[in-house]
Amino acid sequence: MSLNEEVELLRQIPMFQKVEQSKLKLLAFTSERLSFPAGQVVCEQGEPGDSMYVIVQGDADVIVNLPNGPLTVAALHKNSFFGEIAILCDIPRTATIKAKTELVTLRITKDLFYRLVSEFPQMTIEIMREIAFRLDRTTQDLQQARNDLNKLQGADS
Amino acid sequence: MERNIFSFILKYSYRQQIVLVLLAVINMPFTMLGYQLVEKIVNEGIQGFRKVPEQVTQDDGSIIEKSVKMMIEFPEAVFGIGPEFDQVIFLFVLVGLFLANILLLQGIKYALNVYRGVTAERMLRRLRYALFQRVLRFPKPTFKKTSQGEVISMITGEVEPLGGFVGECFSLPVMQGGIMLMSLGYMLIADWKLALAAVALYPIQFYIIPKLQKRVNLLGKERVKRVRKLSEKIGETVTGINEIHAHDGSNLELATFSERLNGIYYIRLQIYIWKFIIKFVNNFIQQLGPVMFYSIGGYLVIKGDLDLGTLFAAISAHKEIGAPWKELLGYYQRQADARIKYEQVVEQFAPAGLFDEERLMSEPETPVTFEGNVNASGIILTDDQNNSVLDSVSFTLALDQKVALVGAGGSGRDELSEVLARLIEPDRGTVTFGGHDLSALPESVTGRRISYVDNAPFVFNKTLGENLFYGLKHRPLKDAEYEGDRKKERDSYVSEAKASGNLDFDLGADWVDYDAAGVPDTAGLRQAGIEALKIVGLDEDVYQFGLRGRINPETRADIADGVLKARKALDERLTDPSLAVLIERLDPNSYNTNASLAENLLFGTPVGDTFDLDRLAEHPYIQEVLEKVGMTSQMVSMGYQAAATMVELFSDLPPDHELFQQFSFVSADDLPELQGLLAQYTKDQLDTLKPHEQLRLMSLPFKLIPARHRLGIIDDEVMPRLLEARKAFAGNLPDNLQGAVAFFDPDEYNAAANIQDNILFGKIAYGQAQAQERVGALMREVMSELGIIETVSEVGLEFEVGIGGSRLTGAQRQKLALARAVVKRPDVLILTEATASLDTSSQARILDGLLGAFEGRSIIWGVHRPAMAERFDHILVMKGGRIVESGSFAELNKEGTALSEMIAAEAA
Repeated sequence: MSLNEEVELLRQIPMFQKVEQSKLKLLAFTSERLSFPAGQVVCEQGEPGDSMYVIVQGDADVIVNLPNGPLTVAALHKNSFFGEIAILCDIPRTATIKAKTELVTLRITKDLFYRLVSEFPQMTIEIMREIAFRLDRTTQDLQQARNDLNKLQGADS
Repeated sequence: MERNIFSFILKYSYRQQIVLVLLAVINMPFTMLGYQLVEKIVNEGIQGFRKVPEQVTQDDGSIIEKSVKMMIEFPEAVFGIGPEFDQVIFLFVLVGLFLANILLLQGIKYALNVYRGVTAERMLRRLRYALFQRVLRFPKPTFKKTSQGEVISMITGEVEPLGGFVGECFSLPVMQGGIMLMSLGYMLIADWKLALAAVALYPIQFYIIPKLQKRVNLLGKERVKRVRKLSEKIGETVTGINEIHAHDGSNLELATFSERLNGIYYIRLQIYIWKFIIKFVNNFIQQLGPVMFYSIGGYLVIKGDLDLGTLFAAISAHKEIGAPWKELLGYYQRQADARIKYEQVVEQFAPAGLFDEERLMSEPETPVTFEGNVNASGIILTDDQNNSVLDSVSFTLALDQKVALVGAGGSGRDELSEVLARLIEPDRGTVTFGGHDLSALPESVTGRRISYVDNAPFVFNKTLGENLFYGLKHRPLKDAEYEGDRKKERDSYVSEAKASGNLDFDLGADWVDYDAAGVPDTAGLRQAGIEALKIVGLDEDVYQFGLRGRINPETRADIADGVLKARKALDERLTDPSLAVLIERLDPNSYNTNASLAENLLFGTPVGDTFDLDRLAEHPYIQEVLEKVGMTSQMVSMGYQAAATMVELFSDLPPDHELFQQFSFVSADDLPELQGLLAQYTKDQLDTLKPHEQLRLMSLPFKLIPARHRLGIIDDEVMPRLLEARKAFAGNLPDNLQGAVAFFDPDEYNAAANIQDNILFGKIAYGQAQAQERVGALMREVMSELGIIETVSEVGLEFEVGIGGSRLTGAQRQKLALARAVVKRPDVLILTEATASLDTSSQARILDGLLGAFEGRSIIWGVHRPAMAERFDHILVMKGGRIVESGSFAELNKEGTALSEMIAAEAA
């Protein structure tokens, strides 16, 4: 795939829609396109991370290691991104990402990421929107879990 | 060692000195004959008279003997022997004899000089060897006082002139003194008044010169000392270069150096001045001679008391006298210098407590092994300031136990380890291993039965393998076979070494003590080495070194063969599509999209500097090839496109931006130039570019890697043409460039490329997750199936570690030192914080590995963390130079013990 085709592909991703052409080209040129065969782990929970990924093609599972084994908590699809928490907060990866089908990603390093968000407020808003959406979903899940727990405890007593 | 240079010379070279003196003595009569011939030629040959003594009655009636001229009636026999000749022939015969005498005289001088040279060089070699041997015999505290720089300066520079002096020590005074006496004698016979006049002033010289010389000697002594200090400073700077830079100390160092140079400058200047004063005095007195001759001699000739021939001969003899006299005075100066230098050097090499030579050299009659107990009794050690370091340390422990020495820095723990390894000698007390008193054992026992590793081990500037097996090379065990010329070379090596009192052990022989390593041969040794590397966790590093190593496929055909097999085996593995995407292999008939255009064009590994992959466009032959296949203008236009893209992407980034350095194949400095070119020319005006601009653009596409840069510049139209260029490049390579490229051939081992590249025979593809690791694992798999993993590690053993192991990391050096200590299979392994600098997982791995490997043997480990002691059979806890607790971990790990306190302090 040539650089120009890649730029077109990036343009379809909501996060990059407002980024100007030349910057998108720089992004395509400097970010690494990485392919993962189905089943391959992209990043491992607990390991340090230095980059985020945008899915260009394929699906991936989000897996969290729990005391009683790994649990798939969400799925990621084309145009979604992951790995931003580790580079925003300098903490280890919070979940394991595993390719479900053959997965093609764009790997954006920490430096490039900071440069992009500082130059393109639109992109920052897109990322905030996504993170907020995820937080909302997590809050709902937590609510649900609490209710379930209360019910269980109520049944016990 | 002899305290005085003359006794040193006599002791080791008296035979040579006798020969030299004899040669000097033989020299004399011929010198004498030379003077006679000169006189005869002038008087008899040219002027045709002879001087005959005649009794002359003087006016006062006294009779004196006087020589008078008597004309010769030719023909006449030369020296009254043989046939008679006319005057002209007579003259030529005399001159012929004179010539023959010159030849003979110079021949003797030549022989004398050569023999002198041989003697001098042998003695210098002997002296240097003796000094170096003494360095090896220095007790450890000496190294606290003597710096490396000083020792080097003494052994290399300072003793150098001594060799020259050894050669002339006796023969020069004999020869020059002889010549002088002869000349003087001849003059005395010819005319005693003239003779006395010529040497009248010598006694003055004889009195003054030594007085002056004394000053020079003192200054010389001072100079030697200061130069040593200078060497010390240089050595210190090289060793401490990091600290100097880290603290901006360069100016201070330069100023210190300058100050020392200043001191040396003044001393040297003083020496010069005094030397020239001596020279002045000498020359002046010497020149007074002719003054005497011309005045007194001239007067006598005028009076008729002296004939001109005698005056000439006397003047010539005076000149001859002057030369040896000068030599003698010079000799006097040199011997004074040599004497001082020798004494000053030898003084430094005779510290108290020098080891016995036997300790280094002797072999035990029967092999000694340490079994039973290690016993220390009443060990007392004080440091050079008389502080107590070890105070009555005594213990007895079984040698199959693992012992931990626990103690803080300054507790005496480290010193006890060194005493046990006999690296320092205690002031009092004895250590015995299996009943053998450590102080009485030669190093051939202690250095083989004990291994010692501390936390800053030294690694030699050799290959990794040579370092690993260093502890197995004690003396040549299997002689090398030599034949023909090599044998002669070896024989002369041995006889020369003996003539200089040097060790004649053959470095070409096999020194490895295979029995000590418990293996039968070299192959077994490598195995054992790799096993030892596994114990300390260095095996993976060595495997990696091996992958990056190069071999000569002719001498190591077996390895090359295995590598080619692995290359083939990889072919089969790559039929699996999930693996095939990882590597793009090299194919002579297709363009490799994961390689740069330069690599694709060359299709080989450059050998030497002829072809530089980064500057390929500049090479005339490359330009010729591109021209030939008609690609020049296409390359320029590709360069234009690439430049346009680079300018578009990077022009508004600050030049020091990380992205620039990481991704651009144009440096930030070049960008404005390219921008200028783009502004100046449109895409259609490229044929009007100036040659250097054309080259500038043309060089850009050489760096393009299609799979990585994805610029779409190298397209399906370009690739086939480049393949054509590739063929043209290899096909027409001129003779002078043959060998500058090792071409890729699927069936051949490429000697210029490393092992990994030879196996891969391709490029790791861009854009595949963890391609590096997966390819690494794949290669390992293939190689282990073929059973050649160890072969690769063996190549890794040939890795050059650099000066002081500088090409290794600190952790690698430490692990290598541990493996070196393990591979020689000692009875006792003594460690001092030997894993302190390693990461925790390596520490744990090595602790496990060593405790396992030394089952039934002894480890005495000065541990850096008290908690480590839990793994040991017995623990000695040290404080203030004493053993305060001794027992098993279970016994000592109780409330109130020093050990539990230390463990608690560590955990806190």
